Amino acid sequence: MSEPSAQSQPLVEFREVSKRFGAGPLVLDQITLATRPGDFVSLIGPSGCGKSTLLRLIAGLTSVSSGTLTVDGLTPEAAAAELAFVFQEPTLLPWLTVAANIELPLSLRGILPAERVATRQRVLELVRLNPKASAYPRQLSGGQKMRVSIARALALSPKILLLDEPFGALDEMTREHLNEELLAIRERHAWTAFFVTHSVAEAVFLSNRVLVMSANPGHIHTEITIPFAYPRTEQTRLSRDYHDLVAKVSRILRSVETDTV
Amino acid sequence: MSRRVLNILLPALTGALVLAVWHAIHLALSEDLRFLLPTPGAILEAFRTNGDVLARAALNTTKGALLGFTSAVIISFFLALTLSLSSLVRVSLYPYLMILQMTPVIIFAPILVIWAGAGLPSVSIITFLICFFPLVVNTTQGLVSTDRNLVELFAMWRTSRVQQLLHLRVPAALPYFFTGLRIAATLAPIGALVGDYTAGSSAGDGGGLGFQAIIYSSQAKYPALFATAATTCILGFIFTSAVLALSWLALHHWHESYENTDK
Repeated sequence: MSEPSAQSQPLVEFREVSKRFGAGPLVLDQITLATRPGDFVSLIGPSGCGKSTLLRLIAGLTSVSSGTLTVDGLTPEAAAAELAFVFQEPTLLPWLTVAANIELPLSLRGILPAERVATRQRVLELVRLNPKASAYPRQLSGGQKMRVSIARALALSPKILLLDEPFGALDEMTREHLNEELLAIRERHAWTAFFVTHSVAEAVFLSNRVLVMSANPGHIHTEITIPFAYPRTEQTRLSRDYHDLVAKVSRILRSVETDTV
Repeated sequence: MSRRVLNILLPALTGALVLAVWHAIHLALSEDLRFLLPTPGAILEAFRTNGDVLARAALNTTKGALLGFTSAVIISFFLALTLSLSSLVRVSLYPYLMILQMTPVIIFAPILVIWAGAGLPSVSIITFLICFFPLVVNTTQGLVSTDRNLVELFAMWRTSRVQQLLHLRVPAALPYFFTGLRIAATLAPIGALVGDYTAGSSAGDGGGLGFQAIIYSSQAKYPALFATAATTCILGFIFTSAVLALSWLALHHWHESYENTDK
């Protein structure tokens, strides 16, 4: 995995994008943002700051009210094949086995069985869950379900991975473990990530760019660059610089939250 | 004693106790009233002497019940699909479904006999009408209660409506469908019996259990009447067990309702 290159075309580009639902208040106000291939962008901010909406705009699940948004030079709707979404819930179909859950989106895209099986084995290997291929979701732990959900997203070979608080419901240990696993997978598969989280530590550990957002209406308050080289490991968490950055982002986040209240 | 042995032994003991009390009540009655409560032994004897008649009647009732039940399952499924398309369709049709449900179908039995003919046609239509409502309501509820997150996931995959229906809405509705099916399965034999009671016929096949019940009570053959009731119970038991088995087959791998039964 190379470092994000500054010269290449933006992969996702927001130009003065605003969003409101119906006649409601402005949810996102004048968002301008460009990401380069390989960026890992975390979005953090008080609830109601529109970070999930921003993700859903990229996903094409909802559309912009004004401004332009392009994904790999296309509209989000047209760029569906480049995108995969990991939701806060594992969103596995309970009536399908782990294997069938991962293969379903592939078969819906018309991919043939032999290739589906190969892809499924490859992505389950990435999350070390091949032994659970024939299990049903209810037989898995919360962390395992989330890993299957991530594997399913990766099976689509996306250029852009959108993650909406995927580890929010997990305990601290599992979360840290999955953070490391996610970065390890990223070493082998170049995708750009948008990651919504409430955890400052998680944002700093994973990202090269952390966007602190403020609410009413949602906009990008501050961008913090996280300079640590990838791959990052447990050692990164122990470093002085890491702790300083976590403290800095927390301070900004707190000021944003008190402003909002 | 293991739980498993107790699970069989305890209900058997209850049954024996009930039969003993029953027999005791029979003996406690004055001689001239004893015919109103035949002893379990007399009912068993009636089973033996009327076995052929009861078996044939049970077969006829089963035919009516199966025909009405199966057509209710099929037609209710397609109606539920239509209802799940939009809330406007639901708003337009629901009040009339409710009215249909509240209509005492039995009142129309004489008219049904004229329209469709006595015996099997009327019996299966009455069964159909009785089974229909719980099936439609539950299946529709299932089709519109799909987890929002999963709907978003399918939207993300840009699936067609048909794909979404086949791979998401229908499987997600299965637990609801089986709830309806279980209710309908308990109603079907009773529906067929009541249908037969009001619109049965001795023509051709000799009528079902309802028709036979009328004959026995007019002849004051009370042990045989009790045997007819017991036969209906057995029929209902078979129907319900079959549906429970189907439900288990379809759901036990994944649904919460079977969480602790197969681990």
